[in-house]
Amino acid sequence: MIDIKNISKSFADRLILNNISFNFEKGKTNVIIGESGSGKTVLLRCMVGLNEIDTGDVLYDGRNFYDLKFKDKKEIRKEIGMLFQGGALFDSKNVEENVVFPLSMFTDLSESEKRDRANFCLQRVNLFNSNKLYPSELSGGMKKRVAIARAIAMQPKYLFCDEPNSGLDPKTSIVIDNLINEITEEYDITTIVITHDMNSVIEIGDNIMFINKGENWWQGSKEEILKTENKEVQDFVYATKFMKNLRTKF
Amino acid sequence: MKLLFDFGRYFILMRRSFGKAEKFSIYRSRIFEEINNLGIGSLGIVGIISVFIGAVITIQSAFNFENPLVPIYAVGVAVRDSMILEFSPAIISLILAGKIGSSIASEIGTMRITEQIDALEIMGINSASYLIRPKIIACILFSPVLLIFSMFLGIFGGYVFGIMSGVVTNYEYVIGITYNFRPYNIIYSLLKAAVFAFIFASVPAYHGYYTRGGSLEVGKASTKGVVYSCILILAFDLILTQLLLA
Ligand SMILES: Nc1ncnc2c1ncn2[C@@H]1O[C@H](COP(=O)(O)OP(=O)(O)OP(=O)(O)O)[C@@H](O)[C@H]1O
Ligand SMILES: [Mg+2]
Repeated sequence: MIDIKNISKSFADRLILNNISFNFEKGKTNVIIGESGSGKTVLLRCMVGLNEIDTGDVLYDGRNFYDLKFKDKKEIRKEIGMLFQGGALFDSKNVEENVVFPLSMFTDLSESEKRDRANFCLQRVNLFNSNKLYPSELSGGMKKRVAIARAIAMQPKYLFCDEPNSGLDPKTSIVIDNLINEITEEYDITTIVITHDMNSVIEIGDNIMFINKGENWWQGSKEEILKTENKEVQDFVYATKFMKNLRTKF
Repeated sequence: MKLLFDFGRYFILMRRSFGKAEKFSIYRSRIFEEINNLGIGSLGIVGIISVFIGAVITIQSAFNFENPLVPIYAVGVAVRDSMILEFSPAIISLILAGKIGSSIASEIGTMRITEQIDALEIMGINSASYLIRPKIIACILFSPVLLIFSMFLGIFGGYVFGIMSGVVTNYEYVIGITYNFRPYNIIYSLLKAAVFAFIFASVPAYHGYYTRGGSLEVGKASTKGVVYSCILILAFDLILTQLLLA
């Protein structure tokens, strides 16, 4: 479980996050949605300390991240698997080496055990026979999937995914959504997914936060979001014709 | 003010780079990787430049010493001393600042802007020590190899071109390069080269590490890294020469 309390963050004099509080539940897929540029990525980066926050607290199962010493922050980070919006694969390493990397850094597994674990993770994201390719030789969606495989390699307690299915076809998208859901339930971890995709929201959104103008504008479940009267959320959810048509059914 | 800020941040980064390491075996293999990338990869350019400079010094000094009072073997002395004292440690370091420095700055800068450094940090890895320390150590460890290699090829180049162009004979050249030879000069050069290696590895690494923005900024970081390295190398050249030789 991750609790964030009254987080505010500005760059220069632009206020990006304004007093955001939320409770990311354990064993559930928590989803953050909001318009492009609303501050979703910044929020995630603030939660792990890649951007400093101005005010507020981030509690990882009660441990206040910003009060911890550098060494203890590192311990929490080792429990986090993170998928960056751009993938952030290591260019100098091939697919397999990318996934093996955290295992080499932090475990004493043998070479073959590490490779088995990497292959297992790569299979779960539907990647086969690409182990020896370098990131520059992968498609956008493949990069995303390798990055997911790397994020889950260490069996994290907290899994953060910044747009896991942008750039993926609908079929692979579902595979990734289901994978994230499965892992979350199977290992009882706290998962946060940032997404734009209403399909994903409805598929996996157990606990949704809608960020608007840097504020926690609305929160609820996937059932609630379809019925909400909140104007901004409605505009977001029913932006497409398809969703508008669907709405007539409720 | 900006200079002071950079100065402070540079030292903080260096302290982090030499802070606690995650896993020794990983660092060892990282150092070998970097020796291979940065060191071995520079042998070619160092070799070529050294041979030519040795040859040029021979021919130029022979031309300038056309005075019956100066013995011909002075050519050998000139080549030896200019290679050992200044050319091999300092000029080669300036060239390596261009070659190695720019590659370090752009590699680390690219890793910064594509969030690869963030990815390392998120895994709980000290990105500074993982990325920067092996590069600095590799450059320092390999600097004696490049230095001796350059001295040797410079003197060898002088010999070959000297004989070929007939400005000096085999006998005179050998007398020249052994005449009043001070082994201390080599130690002095080794020391200088090690300091310069630290500069041309760490300064561009600093500029790369704090790149903000996009590919344009990576280019700028790389240029800045090289320029500052060169200036610092020349400044330290002066300081060390004053300290160690005077
Ligand atoms: N390092 C930074 N310096 C200054 N401003 C920044 C920085 N990072 C983000 N911002 C600003 O913060 C705002 C929110 O950015 P953020 O990346 O969080 O958006 P987002 O919600 O993730 O959007 P998207 O869905 O398009 O990824 C943007 O207006 C952006 O300009
Ligand atoms: Mg984003």
